Amino acid sequence: MYIIVGGGGDVGYYLTRNLLSHGHEVLLLEKNATRAQSLAEELGQAVAKGDACEARTMEEAGVTRADVVIAVTGEDEDNLVICQMAKQRFNVTRTIARLNNPKHEELFQRLGIDTTISPTKAILSLIESELPGTHFVLLMTLKKAGLEIVELIIPPLSPVAGKRLDQINLPRKSTLALIIRDDEQIFPTAETVLMAGDEVYALLNREGEEELRRTFGTV
Amino acid sequence: MKLVILGCGRVGATFASQMDKAGHSVAVIDSNSDSFQRLDPHFQGDRLIGNGVDEDVLRRAGIEKADAFIAVTNGDNRNIMASQIAKEIFHVQRVVCRIYDPIRHSTYRDLGIETICPTIIGVDMLLNALQSAKQK
Repeated sequence: MYIIVGGGGDVGYYLTRNLLSHGHEVLLLEKNATRAQSLAEELGQAVAKGDACEARTMEEAGVTRADVVIAVTGEDEDNLVICQMAKQRFNVTRTIARLNNPKHEELFQRLGIDTTISPTKAILSLIESELPGTHFVLLMTLKKAGLEIVELIIPPLSPVAGKRLDQINLPRKSTLALIIRDDEQIFPTAETVLMAGDEVYALLNREGEEELRRTFGTV
Repeated sequence: MKLVILGCGRVGATFASQMDKAGHSVAVIDSNSDSFQRLDPHFQGDRLIGNGVDEDVLRRAGIEKADAFIAVTNGDNRNIMASQIAKEIFHVQRVVCRIYDPIRHSTYRDLGIETICPTIIGVDMLLNALQSAKQK
């Protein structure tokens, strides 16, 4: 695949190195000359000095034959414009944008960016899951499917503790994928009995989150 | 008319001062408080410090009740993103966006945003000035 990466910060650098090692053809565009120079010393011809928001730079980069354009600068407005220009002007089929402000997620989706990645949000939920006393953590959103993967820890007084799965009313569009009990992995069936302290990984429709929290007593 | 103007540079400040004088309700946003010194000393509108692509800042400026939104910061991309927020999220009736880069200008005009490109306008005026000088 031919991939153009816009923005040579830390994310752009590690991403490019990773994609190259997977055998892709990559061009990393960085507008700051000094930074582009030092990136080129390590990544060689995979780096070019240029602003990925500029149509001429993108033409020189051969954007029309790019399979994917990925925008990972530190500014959301730049990432938005890189992706929109790639799509509108050069008909690139797949665009991926890094979001620095998670609040922009909906806007980017509405404006036609295929995929948005929000490191800020990911870091927040990772830290949240490490905090003691947390019982419900959103691990990941599958945006196209409208689904969430959540982790919940069954609290001591949970209404579901001691119940068999077929005795519990789960939200309609949801499934419990995995239970971790001490060091044991349990792939749940109808007969599995839930216990306080179980770590449960569930896949569910966004609308079902509140119901699931209530059912498990994890507010 | 209620107006929200993003960017209090020379154009933003002059435009805001004029619209305020003409009796319109004006709110100006800029990320740097020093910029507000460019406003007319009698300016009565709102001044807000903040990032124009932040929905909360736009809300505080009253964008939900605004009839028009004007994006004139010195960054093309910031103007583009803010204009799309005004249009798509807040459904502001008139949105005008300044874009210096002629290529971005034409791309976003095709996407249905009302854009003004000072580069193209400036070049045209220079050409006209030269031609009329020749005729004299």
